[in-house]
Amino acid sequence: MAKINIKIEGIPYQVDEGMTILEAAKACGYEIPSLCAYNHGECSKGSCRVCLVEVTGARGLVASCVYPVNEGMEITISSPKAVAARRASVELLLSNHSMKCQQCDKNEYCELLYAAKVTGAREDMFRGSQTPVTIDRLTPSIVRDTSKCVLCGRCVERCKNAHGKGVLGFEKRGFNTIVAPAENRSFANSPCILCGQCVSVCPTGALMEKSEIALVDEAMKAGKYVVVQTAPAVRAALGEEFGMKIGTAVTGKMVAALRRLGFKKVFDTNYAADLTIMEEATELLGRIKNGGQLPMITSCSPGWINYAEINYGDLLGHLSSCKSPHEMFGAILKSYYAEANGIDPKDMFVVSIMPCTAKKGEKDREQLMTNGLKDVDAVLTTRELAKLIKRSGINFTKLPDEEFDNDIVGDYTGAGVIFGVTGGVMEAALRTAYYVLTGKEHEAVKFEVVRGFDGIKEAMLEVNGQEIWVAVAHGMKNAQVLLDDIRAGKSKYAFIEIMGCPGGCIAGGGQPFVKPQFLPNEDADILDTYKEKRAAALYSEDERQTLRQSHNNPQIKALYEKFLGEPNSHKAHELLHTTYAAREAFRD
Amino acid sequence: MAHLSEASVAKINEICDRYVEEKTPLMMILSAIQEEYGYIPLEVQEIVSERTGISVAEIYGVVTFYSFFSLQPKGKYVVGVCLGTACYVKGAQQVIDKFSELLGIAPGGTTEDGMFTLDALRCIGACGIAPAVTINGKVYPKLKVSDIPGIVEEYRKMEA
Repeated sequence: MAKINIKIEGIPYQVDEGMTILEAAKACGYEIPSLCAYNHGECSKGSCRVCLVEVTGARGLVASCVYPVNEGMEITISSPKAVAARRASVELLLSNHSMKCQQCDKNEYCELLYAAKVTGAREDMFRGSQTPVTIDRLTPSIVRDTSKCVLCGRCVERCKNAHGKGVLGFEKRGFNTIVAPAENRSFANSPCILCGQCVSVCPTGALMEKSEIALVDEAMKAGKYVVVQTAPAVRAALGEEFGMKIGTAVTGKMVAALRRLGFKKVFDTNYAADLTIMEEATELLGRIKNGGQLPMITSCSPGWINYAEINYGDLLGHLSSCKSPHEMFGAILKSYYAEANGIDPKDMFVVSIMPCTAKKGEKDREQLMTNGLKDVDAVLTTRELAKLIKRSGINFTKLPDEEFDNDIVGDYTGAGVIFGVTGGVMEAALRTAYYVLTGKEHEAVKFEVVRGFDGIKEAMLEVNGQEIWVAVAHGMKNAQVLLDDIRAGKSKYAFIEIMGCPGGCIAGGGQPFVKPQFLPNEDADILDTYKEKRAAALYSEDERQTLRQSHNNPQIKALYEKFLGEPNSHKAHELLHTTYAAREAFRD
Repeated sequence: MAHLSEASVAKINEICDRYVEEKTPLMMILSAIQEEYGYIPLEVQEIVSERTGISVAEIYGVVTFYSFFSLQPKGKYVVGVCLGTACYVKGAQQVIDKFSELLGIAPGGTTEDGMFTLDALRCIGACGIAPAVTINGKVYPKLKVSDIPGIVEEYRKMEA
């Protein structure tokens, strides 16, 4: 890359040609206040005007996020004119913004509030009419509140980048412009899959998960037998909410915190991930043996399930009928576990801590009820758990490490842990499928080829001289490629893992926000590396386990011996399997 | 989405295919559909989305950004009242108010019998004859409020 000479605040620097002023300034150690700079340009560039700077010879102030540097350019960030202009830009945004910051769920991570602080923006500098407000609370997963939207367009870009055809767009024009699904519909009546990727990038409280903390409070107050389970990806990110470095696994502290929050039992969803593998691997081998529909596709990710039901209704027969792990766990807790411990399942309240917003919607599915009871009663995101911990006065970083409950359920293997990252379900399934087919363990425990963050990964497993091809995709944009091949009848795969969110659950829509301005101790490239760091936390927990294959989990073996019979038995089908139904993208 | 006839779907697909070589075909496709059908409802946008791979959200955004596109069917007679600066100064507000009153619809609306649509236009470049009104392309120059009942009556008679 050719270097060019510029001056910032009168000091000469050499920077890469082609950089924007914002990037160049950052490389030289300056932080120009901005709303978008931290997000890889995922925004409608140049619209917010928060990053204005003075360039000698330019006609007016320029937006540094879109203005490229050129040879000899002289940039001033600190001039009174530029400082006042940036402050006014933020004040203009505030003039059309709901100012209920105290009640806003995003306030700790609000980039607008941060920009207001940095620029010194004042409230009520400009008074005028407000854009008509829409608040969409119809889905169980996401709340959209246009009174807090700054029209940055990051959600529009993220949705499109993750899933191909995006659900959100800019509507109308001028002062009436809003970001919304077509016709300003609710997400509930649009092709939205509730993955929450938009929530992850929204700089303000315009997009936020729908909190279910109140449901948990009520159940506790009513004296229910409240048990909790945590998904694998949660432990890899929860610490971030308490100032710990990204990639720190906080399994033991998380368990300790949950106990102090009053949950009767604290279980690891990994146990049910092992159970899922037993059911799913058996289902796959059955399909291969009996000429069933192939490829079979995983069904752990509710975002993906939503996408399939809306866009590929003709391929639903390819989906594994297995419930997702936390739903399986709920069903087992309210049957096997309740029976063994003399608890009335009606008094039991199962809470799942998930890295996911779509799981909130999943738990409400009619198909996920057993004997008239929901398998899972409430789903909290990783972020909501952090709120619960902070609210209760627990000093998270000072907690001792404690172990999950595992009296008759709860034990898990390394295979269950890696479910939280793209390729993990596949790897766990391969470990067990190989064993079931050959009667011996695969030589290498790890299947490196399905790891990593390539959009589509494929692998071949040779079993008894037969080649079995498998593939992994994450984000619906990547999944489409594999799905269209199936539709066209030219897919060579026997088994496909699909995850709704790019990167898998570690980067799910319910995980702690990764916003560099709030993470001063992380590296500058944290947006490029945080997924790997969180994944590494899970892979190292897998390495530490003595048992690393689901079929070797002693409690799972006991569950089949004492209760279910064998994988895919009639009872297993009743409790652990589900159905899907095609639906229209735009429901009236 | 099942409200459209097969022939309409085929026609919309054909329009989409016309511009398949274009780098940014959306405006051309939507213009052609607007011309063909007079409006672009969501069902039609879904078909365009399916054919072109452009999201419905983006298509809807374009349709609602440009006033040239319409989401609802327009009336047989489209009354366009210019509210540009010159016409406004010459009393265009009173003109549009009178049309509103006589037709019983707000600007942007269409009468229940599908006869009239009332549109508020920005400058149509006819400042010399302000206030100007167009009805299906026919220009009514220097319109007086007192002329309006007669004009409306004339169109109603044509249909009677």
